[in-house]
Amino acid sequence: MSDTVIAIPAARSGARPSPALASMPVMIARCVRLSRRNLDALITALVLPILLMLLFVYLFGGAIATGTSYVQYVVPGVVLLCAGFGAANTAVSVCQDMTGGVIDRFRSLDVPGQAFLAGHVIASVVRNAASTLLVFGVALLIGFRPHASALAWAAAAGILLLFVLAISSLAAVAGLLATSAEAASGFVFAVMFLPYPSSTFVPIQTMPTWLQGFARDQPVTPVVETLRGLLLGTPVGASPWHAVAWCGGILAGAAAISGVLFRRRTA
Amino acid sequence: MSHALAVEAAGLRKSHGGVLALAGVDLRVPAGSRCAVLGPNGAGKTTTVRILATLTRPDAGQARVAGCDIVRDQHRLRRLISLTGQFTGLDAQQTGAENLHMVARLSGLARGQARRRTAELLEQFGLAEAARRRVGTYSGGMRRRLDLAATLITEPSVIFLDEPTTGLDLPSRLTLWQAITELGGSGVTTVLTTQYLEEADRLADQIVVIDAGRVVAEGTPAELKQQVAGQRLELILTSRCAFDDVARAAAWAGVLEADPGRLLVSVATDGNAAHVRQLLDALDPRRVAVERFSVRGATLDDVFLALTGHLPEQAGEAGSRTQHDRSDQKEVTGV
Repeated sequence: MSDTVIAIPAARSGARPSPALASMPVMIARCVRLSRRNLDALITALVLPILLMLLFVYLFGGAIATGTSYVQYVVPGVVLLCAGFGAANTAVSVCQDMTGGVIDRFRSLDVPGQAFLAGHVIASVVRNAASTLLVFGVALLIGFRPHASALAWAAAAGILLLFVLAISSLAAVAGLLATSAEAASGFVFAVMFLPYPSSTFVPIQTMPTWLQGFARDQPVTPVVETLRGLLLGTPVGASPWHAVAWCGGILAGAAAISGVLFRRRTA
Repeated sequence: MSHALAVEAAGLRKSHGGVLALAGVDLRVPAGSRCAVLGPNGAGKTTTVRILATLTRPDAGQARVAGCDIVRDQHRLRRLISLTGQFTGLDAQQTGAENLHMVARLSGLARGQARRRTAELLEQFGLAEAARRRVGTYSGGMRRRLDLAATLITEPSVIFLDEPTTGLDLPSRLTLWQAITELGGSGVTTVLTTQYLEEADRLADQIVVIDAGRVVAEGTPAELKQQVAGQRLELILTSRCAFDDVARAAAWAGVLEADPGRLLVSVATDGNAAHVRQLLDALDPRRVAVERFSVRGATLDDVFLALTGHLPEQAGEAGSRTQHDRSDQKEVTGV
């Protein structure tokens, strides 16, 4: 018996530059592939927002006075709702990985937490890009007419991207905290609820006064106001700054917390 | 130290939420050998392996694996070892090839290398035809084989297999056993856990028996069998009354096992015909109590029973299952 216990096999020496950087694209590719193949979740993520949009425009829209045609008012909000829903589902996929056998494989391969979480968050961005395009397509069919310059479109895309990154990262935190996929899906409902007490579906002035304060100072309102302003060519005021501050804050906080949680869950 | 040790652990202790899982486990596994950690469910096998594979931190105790401290050199160690857990560490929604390719890429292989290694392993484990199918459609045996293939991607120096065949049907177990036996050729050290005595006997050159978080015995399969009497005379008696008489009479000779349910009394012998005849005469002087007798070598079942006071987790069907396994091994050697 030779003394070769600690000799590093050829296949492993030479490889492995920086583990986080090297494994990130692999983890992203994995999550995107899994999202594509999880047909149930994919269909729900695509169909649900469209049904909600049709529901609001055709059923409730006639009764809601917003000063413009309701489809103009509600589409930016539905886009946001759809993105929030898609992003929140990150909680479920993170939780499934954490409670399954695959996490042990990743850990014994020494996949860093950042790479694991980035895989889920970036896959969520890809998923949401696809569903957002679909929602816009249907919105155009039912009479949504945006008035936006190329720059405004780019800014809208940027704010939406930041929002999806923030919610996905927050969802990753929820996924790390939850002990079962069912519990993690509770987070999805919380996020789904947030647009209702905001200016997403109805103007805030129509709400009872005690609710107006919350509706005005919660993260969804500045994001939806920014989107609406950019897409319809109306003034946005200070909303973009509030939106960026909210989303940036959530993103930074969630990234820090999820890093700690991942280390603790896997210590 | 003349032999290099691949695993060297001393006093490993671990509690999970107040429940003691390991109460001080010591382990020494020479490099290049195959060691089976044998014990019933809840004995601490999985905890032991997870600690050695750096996935769980011990509350106390030290261990070195492949020359690395399991806590301080955790990251260096992870490149030298590989673990296949009890639950499949693969994505059901990816194909076999995609899973292996992913593991290869995460281990640091370049794309081309990863593709070649994936194809090689799929071939080696008889999964080439299923390579493009999603793992969700695989049978239990195929999944374990793929899991084992994933473990071998980077030719680790120590491999941990946590209950590699639990829940598999017999043909799948035999295929997997063969694959595990073939690992030995490359000088790799294998540490596997099992609750099947037969599996430990067949696969390992060293067995560590643990029960309730402690090592209760260790040695080669042959050594362990010698710890209990080498040969035993088993008597099946004609009635409960005869059983009581014989069990009483056998007390001086040393009763190894007395089971009123099966009317079985088992006593130690050296297997010599004169001694067996003498025992039969002494225990059944009127020649009416014994219906049948047999002389057999100790099995690991006997060892386990003697060491822990109970059979491993196969409640009620322990005997029949072991017999199944034996007859099946014969079939395989015939193939």
